[in-house]
Amino acid sequence: MGGMTPPRTTEAAIEAQGVSFAFGGTPAVVDVSLRVEPGEFCALVGPNGSGKSTLVRILLGLLQPDAGTVRCLGVEPRALDDRWRIGYVPQRHALAPALPATVEEVVATGRLARRGWWRPPSRADREAVAHALEAVALTHLVHRPVGSLSGGEQQRVLIAKALVNEPALLVLDEPVAGVDASAQRAFRDSVVHEVREHGAAVLLVSHELGAVAADLDHVLVMKRSIVFDGDPFELAARGVSLGVHADDLPLWLESLS
Amino acid sequence: MLAEVPFFWPFDTGSMQLALAAAVVIAACAPLIGVFIVQRRQSLMGDGVGHVAFAGVAAGFLLDVWPVWTALVFAIGAAVVIEILRSRGHATGDLALALVFYGGLAAGSIMVGKAGVSHERVEDYLFGSILELKTGDLLTIIGLGLAILVVLGVIGRALFAITLDEEASRVSGLPVAACNGALSVLTAVTIVAAMRVLGILLVAAMMVLPVASSRLFARSFRSTVLFAVGIGVVAAVAGLAAARAWDLEAGGSIVLCASILYGVVALTRGAQQTARTDG
Repeated sequence: MGGMTPPRTTEAAIEAQGVSFAFGGTPAVVDVSLRVEPGEFCALVGPNGSGKSTLVRILLGLLQPDAGTVRCLGVEPRALDDRWRIGYVPQRHALAPALPATVEEVVATGRLARRGWWRPPSRADREAVAHALEAVALTHLVHRPVGSLSGGEQQRVLIAKALVNEPALLVLDEPVAGVDASAQRAFRDSVVHEVREHGAAVLLVSHELGAVAADLDHVLVMKRSIVFDGDPFELAARGVSLGVHADDLPLWLESLS
Repeated sequence: MLAEVPFFWPFDTGSMQLALAAAVVIAACAPLIGVFIVQRRQSLMGDGVGHVAFAGVAAGFLLDVWPVWTALVFAIGAAVVIEILRSRGHATGDLALALVFYGGLAAGSIMVGKAGVSHERVEDYLFGSILELKTGDLLTIIGLGLAILVVLGVIGRALFAITLDEEASRVSGLPVAACNGALSVLTAVTIVAAMRVLGILLVAAMMVLPVASSRLFARSFRSTVLFAVGIGVVAAVAGLAAARAWDLEAGGSIVLCASILYGVVALTRGAQQTARTDG
């Protein structure tokens, strides 16, 4: 971690070659190539409207690119059989306040694709849910309705749901937007745990990298195409310090706009 | 007609016993569907599909076919069209409903006119005719109810996951389109099953009102489902009893009881919260 780039293996967690995508006639993603290795903690940053979320949706097979190829865990995303190996937290607002579901019920839905969605939960499923909640430090809230939790706690519930299968690839789209500093620290601990203990590759889309700056292996900066692809030290050499000066990244992203 | 069995008033006659059995099946099944459509903010879906079911009833009169079958075909078609419009983003949820809603009503009124049937026969379907049910009607309702239970038993967990987060469910490999399509079909089946009991104009209420009441105090999805079914059944029994006691329209009486239960639960919940704040 922290600049120690893992050795390159033959099968990347995510690999894109020459990917382009347009909404109508408006290009959103232009000729993007990238590679995220297994066990690597990678951040994807860029100004608003730079195509990050569109790129993430292409990488996950939710959108079909107009040009280029994508491989996710070694295969074309839509051809991936064991899709439960991907943990995904989409960009979102808070869960509905009136959502009638407990923390445990929400996290348990993450196990469905792995065990067979038609099967009732087993003891292994219940243990996996307990472990995921432990990883995000929410064990004490297991039976609470999610609608009664704070925004930061709800976000950790969704991260626990993404972690519950010990995924090989974890994709988080703006997971700490609008949550307080202590929630961001709890988020950092849970993601770092997943990378270190379970060897997951993590692709984090975020404007707020302060909490995880020291743990990142790899940073991608995007403005429709990739304008920087390297480790945080290389970025620091360009005058953008992710952790020390909180304003560096937003100011630099603004200068790209 | 099934044999009349000795039972307490107001369910001491054969027609009331058939009505009770049918109402309990519908009141138990409708909230099972409603709990998903309410959470997906499609509370009016039952109304939209119901109006197309009316066109199906009219088509049955016109073609001289049992209207329940034509209503089932029309309602399933409408539910699937609504889901396609919603999922492909061609129309927002409420606009998709409105398009289907008005088209169904217009087609129904034209076909009823062409078929030349009496107002009474049309009203049997619009407002229900639960006290005139035959044993065959009850067996159809029970069959459709069992089908709803079996399908939900298989796809219910996946539907809950999809209702929480459709995009993440798609990424994880759940059969999102198939489950959404199945929910649409189940909604249509529930409406047709309940059509003779509550009437097309009231059936959607039993999908929504018990769930709305249950959500006010349930703390988990599981308890929301169980309480909603319980509230639905209480409303059905109380509504039928009130209809017998005061000679009311049974379908309206059942839905009114569900509305009153919602009011009672909401007031009780409000009073509890006020007491907690003051304390």
